[in-house]
Amino acid sequence: MDSGNMAWVLISAALVLFMIPGLAFFYGGMDRSRNVLNMLMMNFYCVLIIPILWVVIGYSLAQTPFDNSFIGGFDSFFLKDITAAGDGMSLATIAFLGMFAAITPALISGAVADRMKFSAWAIFVPIWFLLVYVPVFKWVYGGWLGQRGSIDFAGGTAIHVNAGIAALAAVMVLGKRRTAPTPPHSMPLVMIGTGILWFGWFGFNAGSALAANGQAAQAFMNTFLAGAAAGLAWILIEWMRDGHPTNLGAASGIVAGLVAITPAAGYVSGPAPILIGLIAGAICCYAVRLKNKFGYDDALDVVGVHFVGGLVGSLLIGFFANPAFFEGSFDEGIFYGGGAGLLVEQAIANGAAIVWSFVLTYIIMMALKKTIGVRVSPETESTGLDLAEHGETAYHGAQ
Amino acid sequence: MQLITAIVKPFKIDDVKDALKAAGIQGITVSEVRGFGRQGGHTETYRGAEYKIDFVPKVRLEIVVDNSEVDRVVEAIKAAATTGKIGDGKIWVTNVDRIIRIRTGEEGSDAI
Repeated sequence: MDSGNMAWVLISAALVLFMIPGLAFFYGGMDRSRNVLNMLMMNFYCVLIIPILWVVIGYSLAQTPFDNSFIGGFDSFFLKDITAAGDGMSLATIAFLGMFAAITPALISGAVADRMKFSAWAIFVPIWFLLVYVPVFKWVYGGWLGQRGSIDFAGGTAIHVNAGIAALAAVMVLGKRRTAPTPPHSMPLVMIGTGILWFGWFGFNAGSALAANGQAAQAFMNTFLAGAAAGLAWILIEWMRDGHPTNLGAASGIVAGLVAITPAAGYVSGPAPILIGLIAGAICCYAVRLKNKFGYDDALDVVGVHFVGGLVGSLLIGFFANPAFFEGSFDEGIFYGGGAGLLVEQAIANGAAIVWSFVLTYIIMMALKKTIGVRVSPETESTGLDLAEHGETAYHGAQ
Repeated sequence: MQLITAIVKPFKIDDVKDALKAAGIQGITVSEVRGFGRQGGHTETYRGAEYKIDFVPKVRLEIVVDNSEVDRVVEAIKAAATTGKIGDGKIWVTNVDRIIRIRTGEEGSDAI
């Protein structure tokens, strides 16, 4: 047993868990003051339901048996035959991966803010987890997409592209909010959330080496640099274009950079993380405006940041992958002597994830819409989801 | 000149603002206030314990207008702020003795 590896994976798992309140505050601060508790609850709910589903059936369907290319089986139902005997690394890894499973549907919450019925969200999350997250995860890690040669270090395709395109499908069914978007109700909360996310992301990316080794160290370095470069790119563009470098721009850029480096974290080195960060920050800074052009109400820019950032990062692996640096067995990117083969595989992998996630999410949301309904009443939307859905309000003023 | 004061539901303030703009009103002052009328408060639940929230959030508008405008403005606010449910608020009108625009020193109707 390598106690160093074990320690790092367990710590990383806890770091990824901490990203969920980070995400909740990041979104919650951007949201309206009358809906902030609903936003926090949508996020925290994911970490109530998903860990249980992950252990009962999710892990089994996502990873076993390992020779199936599309979906796992029931061999590890309730973690059957997985014990603490031996080095215990499989248990640590299952816990670590369970955190990823929990945060992925939480990402979607930012898009559906201000108008989705909590009962519909409560049903959407477990169904989406089983029908979308689990199969795509399997395809990417050990399934047909991975076997073809695409790579995804910590979940660019399996998590960010997957959740990002699902967010688009979800808001297409849900429809627009009844009132115009409002500015963030608490920018300090957004900045706290961003800081927590970045901190946790070191576990997300560097932990995905599943070992305390050089690849983890480089993934750590990449997570550091890409977040910085993307935040910098975003505020510089804002400064030149709009006249001011904003806190929300810095926060959005940092998250876009972290999303983009996620699939590449263990495969790129040298200047690549800085370039990936700069490119992703610049592209996402413009991508968040697409919703105005196309008229979908992605409230807190899950599509513009997570889908676009994840896709950019995943495709850039095709240029920047550097197996020599890692003594790795993956293909070289175009800038390191490889052909376009890796880029093509990255495109195929993302294309498959996009189609599956979009279509299935659309169907799940339509089914919910036709049965229990997905929207709160106009009255609730106006007076706030916090009181109507949760019986609580975030701010009471002087008591 | 008269001062029109209205207490309305917070989510109605945008509708009221749009109605007043459409009616040609050039300026309004709003403040977030709390209070209760016949609607009373509501209860929130924390760790199973119910808490009575007596003071409900409302928005207060204040507009000074010429006497000839009063009825029109009151009607505009009333139409825009109505939901038909209890707690829609109130409008009251009071006389204003003097009004001064600070920048120019203009008084009376010129200062509205």
